[in-house]
Amino acid sequence: MPPPLHSLSRRRLLGGLLAAAAVSALPSRLALAQTAEPLTRELPGTGVALPRVGLGSWITFNVGDDPVLLEACTAVMAAFFAEGGRLIDSSPMYGSSQATIGHALKQLEAVERVYAADKVWTSNPAEGPAQIAASRQEWGIPRFDMLQVHNLLGWEGHLETLMAMKASGDVRHLGITTSHGRRHDEVEHIMRQVPLDSVQLTYNIVDREAEQRLLPLARERGIGVIANRPFQRKRLIRHLEGKPLPPWAAEIHADTWAQFILKFIISHPAVTCVIPATTQVEHVRENLAAAREPLPDETMRRRMADYVRGL
Amino acid sequence: MGSAWWTYRPDDLLMFSPRVYARLFELHNQALWPAQLIALALGGMALVVLLRPDPRATRLLVLLLAVAWVFVAWAFLWQRFAPIHWGIDYIIPLFGLQALLLVALGCLRGGLRLPGHWSMRRGIGIGLFVYALALHPLVAVVTGRGLSGAEVIGLTPDPLAMATLGVAAMTEPARRAWSLLVIPALWCLLSWITLETLGERGAWLPLLAVVAALTARLWPAR
Repeated sequence: MPPPLHSLSRRRLLGGLLAAAAVSALPSRLALAQTAEPLTRELPGTGVALPRVGLGSWITFNVGDDPVLLEACTAVMAAFFAEGGRLIDSSPMYGSSQATIGHALKQLEAVERVYAADKVWTSNPAEGPAQIAASRQEWGIPRFDMLQVHNLLGWEGHLETLMAMKASGDVRHLGITTSHGRRHDEVEHIMRQVPLDSVQLTYNIVDREAEQRLLPLARERGIGVIANRPFQRKRLIRHLEGKPLPPWAAEIHADTWAQFILKFIISHPAVTCVIPATTQVEHVRENLAAAREPLPDETMRRRMADYVRGL
Repeated sequence: MGSAWWTYRPDDLLMFSPRVYARLFELHNQALWPAQLIALALGGMALVVLLRPDPRATRLLVLLLAVAWVFVAWAFLWQRFAPIHWGIDYIIPLFGLQALLLVALGCLRGGLRLPGHWSMRRGIGIGLFVYALALHPLVAVVTGRGLSGAEVIGLTPDPLAMATLGVAAMTEPARRAWSLLVIPALWCLLSWITLETLGERGAWLPLLAVVAALTARLWPAR
């Protein structure tokens, strides 16, 4: 939960004022939209409601100890929290991304604000607990909200560890991840066998394989879905750049291609949230603004997918 | 990566942005200044040895290269690159091995011989060394990174690997030369893939260095 008002520090208050000042410089509709909290959806069966747009950290937060880039990432996270964001996702595979997040959380005094989602990524399940402890230290948090088995690597042993951690209260939620549409058969098998809280997979307006089996199964089994690679690591945005948004995109308040894509993703009834990564403060604001009404209904979703397919 | 690692493409495995990669060199240069001047001066002295070889100076040249491989492994790979690229942890020992190979093959039991007469092999070898010493730092200027992001011989891996390829391309005996060529060539291939994936201009330069070294090595001696 966000911290109570009385715990606001001077730095956070100043940050909020700066963010408000920046918001005031944007076009009025966007500015008005950003005064509202983003839409949330409950991680099924947990009672935890998450903003529909989170923040990924693959590549973007892997900046080493470069002080300039660390501050740039901190500004991105400041804007993310100012816009109502909570879930940040990382992995020990992402280079120094965990340390970057830890740096920013400390600078922003946002440990209480963040929903911390990380992964375990080692083929040897015996190394899992030590890796998780090291990751937690990088983040500078007392415990993770969610731990996921990264790309199913050593999943059987790691899920045993994570279930034990959940039982003892050392992590709140557990899940598995895949990407690029890989190993969906195995993901489906695990979803049927293990009481997961979440599955992370690639889903966007052109990568829609998950709609066939995994997303319906997630709804059936009460498993949350975190959608990764919403923009295919910029490839999709680059493909759409320069092409006109359809006039009817205004009906769902999609002002940019990024918002068009994000609204498509989060409007799927099985998707809990999407985790775009960025190095730009303005992109964070643009992304979070997509997590606001109106979202497309099923008819509009088909229209959106057909339009992009035709470009 | 999961167990289906073979299904990944290079850009799936790219862990950092072009901006972060460029900043590695800027910060490295800032931290080491004015070591660049010393490195270039030592590189110039090494070039003189290549042009006027004698056994004692050749051993010193090889020792200098060995020290550079250790220094680059420690100062650049370990301190700067490894934090943003977990794969570098597996490469650092190879740099240490290259240093050991240089010492062992260059200084023990006859060592290495540099040719004193002009040949295609020697021309390519010296050309590679000159490129690594004098021209490669300027690539940063041409590609827009600026001189502050220059890659200097002895301080960063690409020009060091290219310079070593130059020496290995022209040196004798052949079996020792081939042994010294493997790790620099592997590094250059990795660098080529990295730069290509980052979309950097001039990404092909490390690949060209490998092709040049192999051409020189395979060129008939007479």
